[in-house]
Amino acid sequence: MIFTRRKKALAAAAGTAIFALTLAACSSDDPADESTDESTGGTTAEAEGDAEPVSLTVATFNTPGFSNSENDNDYQYDLIEEYMELNPHVTITYDRKAESGDARENFFTKLGPGGLADVEMVEVDWMPEVMQYSDLLTDLASADVEGRWVDYVEAGATDADGRLIGYGTDTGPQGVCYRASLFEEAGLPSSPDEVAALLDGDWDNFFAVGDDYVEGSGGKAFFDSASGIWQGMVNQLDVAFEDSDSGEIIVLDNDAVKANYDQLTAASETQSSHFGQWTEDWFAGLSNGAYATMLCPPWMLGVIEGNATDTTDWNLANVYPNGGGNWGGSWLTVPANGSNIEEATKLAAWLTAPEQQAKAFANAGTYPSQVDAYSDPAVTDAVNAYFNDAPIGEIFAEPARQWCPRPTRVSTTSRSTTPSTTRSPVLKMAPTTPRLPGTRQSPTSKQSANSRL
Amino acid sequence: MASTDLDRPAAGVTWRQRLSKWDVKASPYLYIAPFFVVFTIFGLFPIVYTAVISLMDWDTIRNSGEFIGLANFDFVLNDRKFWVSLRNTFSIFLLSSIPQLIIATFIAAMLDHHLKARTFWRMSVLVPYVVMPVAVALIFSQLFADEYGLINHWLGLVGIDAIPWHKEVIPSHIAIASMVNFRWIGYNALILLAAMQAIPRELYEAAAIDGAGKARRFFSVTLPQIRPTAIFVIITSTIGGLQIFDEPRMFDSAGNGGADQQWLTITMYMYNTGWGELNFGRASAIAWLLFLIIVVFGLINFWLTRRLISSEKSGS
Repeated sequence: MIFTRRKKALAAAAGTAIFALTLAACSSDDPADESTDESTGGTTAEAEGDAEPVSLTVATFNTPGFSNSENDNDYQYDLIEEYMELNPHVTITYDRKAESGDARENFFTKLGPGGLADVEMVEVDWMPEVMQYSDLLTDLASADVEGRWVDYVEAGATDADGRLIGYGTDTGPQGVCYRASLFEEAGLPSSPDEVAALLDGDWDNFFAVGDDYVEGSGGKAFFDSASGIWQGMVNQLDVAFEDSDSGEIIVLDNDAVKANYDQLTAASETQSSHFGQWTEDWFAGLSNGAYATMLCPPWMLGVIEGNATDTTDWNLANVYPNGGGNWGGSWLTVPANGSNIEEATKLAAWLTAPEQQAKAFANAGTYPSQVDAYSDPAVTDAVNAYFNDAPIGEIFAEPARQWCPRPTRVSTTSRSTTPSTTRSPVLKMAPTTPRLPGTRQSPTSKQSANSRL
Repeated sequence: MASTDLDRPAAGVTWRQRLSKWDVKASPYLYIAPFFVVFTIFGLFPIVYTAVISLMDWDTIRNSGEFIGLANFDFVLNDRKFWVSLRNTFSIFLLSSIPQLIIATFIAAMLDHHLKARTFWRMSVLVPYVVMPVAVALIFSQLFADEYGLINHWLGLVGIDAIPWHKEVIPSHIAIASMVNFRWIGYNALILLAAMQAIPRELYEAAAIDGAGKARRFFSVTLPQIRPTAIFVIITSTIGGLQIFDEPRMFDSAGNGGADQQWLTITMYMYNTGWGELNFGRASAIAWLLFLIIVVFGLINFWLTRRLISSEKSGS
């Protein structure tokens, strides 16, 4: 795969905030059921002939893997070019912000008065906020795209009235990254399969392994940062911070949160490197062995590779403590006051079709959120050379498909104008955000203050 | 009526005369009008608008809001973050302003001597001021990293334990204050230097003839003479100090002022409430509270200044 060529791999949509959704059903997706997607690739081709020329603008952030202009190195595929070739009457202006935070600020500044691009990318971090203004975005639901995405991605962009306002691009299923040589030194098994077996279980088990590691390594830290682990833990709770019905802030009386907190802080004393995520020390720790494990969504692989180029023993285990996790993801939206809504919708549908997202994954490592992509060999056969040929396509497919956020209704206490019935994800976690020197890759938004707590 | 008649010249006043009279009376106002027009549009209007929004649950995207009285103020004043950010702001302000003014005065006094390549030295102290605050923050974040930072490395060489710059309150304030000082010392030194240059040299000569040593001359001649300028510098650095944003914002990547708001300042709190939470009603309330705090400080400054000046007058 082109991961070897890729110096900067990065997350299109790396968000820290994970969301819980209102999902009536979080049933399993049988990929065989979903086969309606072929049409979208084809519809565009017939549009030639006497179609009037239109120019569209697409605004994204980070590296969603759409266009060569995102990267110093050429991507294998340039989706923007490809679309223009397929649809000669369309001219696309591609604008990419370096960080999700910049895009967010721009989005909310212009959402009301107008001036947004025809297609705007929105990150999982600020999707809950966007959902409060879903009436200002085009309803993109259509038979062509029905069932294209895994449930939680589709539900995350569906408002209370059943309007689908975003087409999912990527998602953030997680595994555990670890340093094989450090595990070995600490007397723990070190092959990916062994580590997966070792960590298979709940958080108790994870921290028990951590204790073994600390002991075996002579007091070295097991995981990178308490805040990273905290996020992994708290995202698995049904309701963490707000009561999903009343919108009341219940975190202080939430025993489950307290239990997680106590468990984590107790373990952190010896097992954490005590670094904040995205700090200088944390980045240095990627290569100097200050910690041995990290919770890993697909886009994190690029962060690790980019900041620990000479480290050879990072590996990825197909396991996640206490079930699944999701960290990151984005949608393409079409603002309702745009001038080319129809063409913009076509473009957004095409860009988020499984075939195109498989290409974006090959370009930039953004893991598709489309069900059919998980059976696409371009995705399933992907390996990451830096991570000792970890079969990332395979590893992430299961958690991506099976991740099932607990049903949680959103409510926003801080904003009385929001209808209490709004069905949008609850922002559960204040995201962290790297804003870093050029060589660094900043996967997440700088807007970390989103938490309304 | 009679008196007004008397004031007027007896003979008929020509149009030209009347015009020139208006000219004298009205022209100054006309000349300063542009500033006040611009100020009304870009200064006064936002201030008033902010006050209106601070009383509303404001939705900036729909550009509408609901009047909720003082609820925003109530929330902010009962929010721990507000008081912590106030504490941090003052702490960073004191840790930066005091050493900054002392060092700046000292540097200015040194530059006031007859040095070789005077202009070079004087311009050099201004260089840090020219450097982008963000660039400064990047450099300092390398220096002040908790574990692998240069400063802790150096401290380790002389046997001092690593200082948790990003964990403890006071160390984080010291680190941020050092960034502020790095940037502003040279600037203030130049202003104070200009004031020192304006001191008549005869005073120093007279003092020297009276047998005053270097230190005595500095404290008894230089300092009293630069007092008005020093007050100006103090007032501007007070306002700047209370509005400090760049350095603490860049002190870590998240910009939340630390996990426990160790270095959250009041402007960061305001920014995060407004642009982070998109809650502009509450952010406006914070802005107004900050405004009131600065007004109070301005009044204290004013009072101190008057006292100082009057004591100077009565002294002489």
